[in-house]
Amino acid sequence: MSRWRVALLVARKDLAIEWRSRVVLDQVLPFAGVTMVLFAFALDSDAVLERVAPGLVWLAVLFSLLVLVQRAFAVEAADGALDALRVAGVDPMSIYWGKGLSLALQLLVLEALLLAAAVVLYGAEVPAEGVVLLVTTSITATPGLAAVGTLYGGLAAGFTGRETLLPLLVLPAVAPVLIGATRAVESALGTAGAATSDGWPWVGLLTVFAVAFGVGGSLAFGPLIDE
Amino acid sequence: MTTTDLDAGTPARTSAPRGTGTRATRVLGIATVVAMAWLVAFGLGFSPADRDQEESVRILYVHVPTIWIAYLAFVVTAISSGCYLFGRKKSLGFDRVAGASAEIGVVFMAVTLIVGALWGRLTWGVFWQWDARLTTTALLFVTYIGYLAVRRLGGSHHQRAKRSAVLGLLAVLEIPLVHWSVRLWRSLHQEATVLRTDGDISMDGLMLFSLFVGVIAFTLLYVWLLLHRSRTMFLEDLIEDRGLDQALAARRAEAEEVRP
Repeated sequence: MSRWRVALLVARKDLAIEWRSRVVLDQVLPFAGVTMVLFAFALDSDAVLERVAPGLVWLAVLFSLLVLVQRAFAVEAADGALDALRVAGVDPMSIYWGKGLSLALQLLVLEALLLAAAVVLYGAEVPAEGVVLLVTTSITATPGLAAVGTLYGGLAAGFTGRETLLPLLVLPAVAPVLIGATRAVESALGTAGAATSDGWPWVGLLTVFAVAFGVGGSLAFGPLIDE
Repeated sequence: MTTTDLDAGTPARTSAPRGTGTRATRVLGIATVVAMAWLVAFGLGFSPADRDQEESVRILYVHVPTIWIAYLAFVVTAISSGCYLFGRKKSLGFDRVAGASAEIGVVFMAVTLIVGALWGRLTWGVFWQWDARLTTTALLFVTYIGYLAVRRLGGSHHQRAKRSAVLGLLAVLEIPLVHWSVRLWRSLHQEATVLRTDGDISMDGLMLFSLFVGVIAFTLLYVWLLLHRSRTMFLEDLIEDRGLDQALAARRAEAEEVRP
C-alpha cells in the first residue's frame, strides 16, 4: 500500500474515533468558546475587542491546538496503539501525515467556528473582498499548525510526565503562524483600516512555514517516536 | 550523586576519571580568569564614558560578547547534533558537546537579556522594546529551554542523543522562520522608530578594544565551561551505566542463590 493510502487510513481512523467519542465536540469546542468569552472579560471594551479580534481568534486556535494534539496522542498511547502501528510495519511518515491530516481538518472546523464567534461576540465584520484572503489564510496557516503539533505531540503527549512539555515546544515554534495569520486576517477584515492587498505577503510566510515544517516534520517524526 | 556512588562500583572499573580537570583546562581556566580581570579593568576603568549613554555604555562590554557567544553555542549544538545523527559511529561525545553547549548558550542568553533590559531602562527608559532582534532572541531562549527539557526525558543514552539531535536540528529550522516573521511584523505592521543598540553609535577606539577584550574573555569562559560540562555529562552517563550494571549483577547473584 502506498504511503498516502496508509496516511488516509490513519486519518480516517482518527476522525472516526473523534466522531464517535465526541470529545472534540463536547470538550474542545466549548473550551475554545469559553476562551473567547474570557478574552472579552479581560479586555472589556468594544472598540479594543473589534481591533484585536483577529489576534484573539488565532490565540484561541493555538490553545485549542494544544488540547487537540494531546487528545490525538492520548488515543494512540492507550493500549500502546502507536507501538502496535509501528510493529504492524506502518511507516512513521504515513502516521505523521495521517495524524496531521486529521488534526488539520479538525482545526479548519474550529477556525471557522471561532471566526463566527468573533463576528457575533466582538462585532468583527467580514467584507466581501476579504473572503478570498480569509479562506486562503486559513488553508495555509492550518497545515503549518498541524505539522508542528503532530511532530511535537508524538514526542511529548500521551506518555506520562511528558504532557507539560508540549506547550513549551509548540508555542515558540508556531509564533510565526500567530504573527502571520493574525496580520493576514486583519487585512481581510479591514481591521484598523488595513488594506486587503497587505495580507498577501503574510500568506507567503504561512506557506513557507507550512512547507518547511511539513518537510522537516516528515523526516523528524520517525526518529522522534522511535523508542 | 556523590563520588562515593562512583567508587562503590566494581573495583575493576575505577579507571574512570575522578575529576573533570586536566592540565589543558587548568591553563585555560587561568587564562579565563586573567581575561576577565582584564575586561573588568578596561570595561570599568580605562574605557571612557559615552557622550550620550554615559556610564551605562559599560554594560555593552558584557551584553554584546554574551549574545555572540550564545549564538556561537547554538551553532555548535546544531553542528554536533548533525555529527551525531549523520556520523557513522554515533558517538555520544557529540551528543554531550551539543547538550553542554546548549546549556551554556541558554545561560549566556539569559545574561544578555537581563543586562540588556537594564541597559534599555537606562538608555531608552524602558526594559523592553518590541524590536525584531529582541523578540527573536526571547523566542530562541524559550526554544532552547525546551531543547534542554527534552534532553531530560529519560531513556537510554542513545535514545536521548537521537531525540535531542533531531530537536537541535529542528531548532535551526525554526530560527530563520521566527526571525523573518518578527522582522516582517515590525517593518510592515507599524512604522516604529526602532531604536537600535548600535548603528548610530560611532565607536571610540578604546571602547572597541574593551569590547574585543570582552569577546576574548567570554570565548575563553565558554570553551572552559564546555569542556568541563561535557566531561561532567560523561561521568553522569557513567554513573547511570554503572547503576544498571550493579542491578544486573545483583539479580544474577540472586539467581545463583536460588539455583540448587
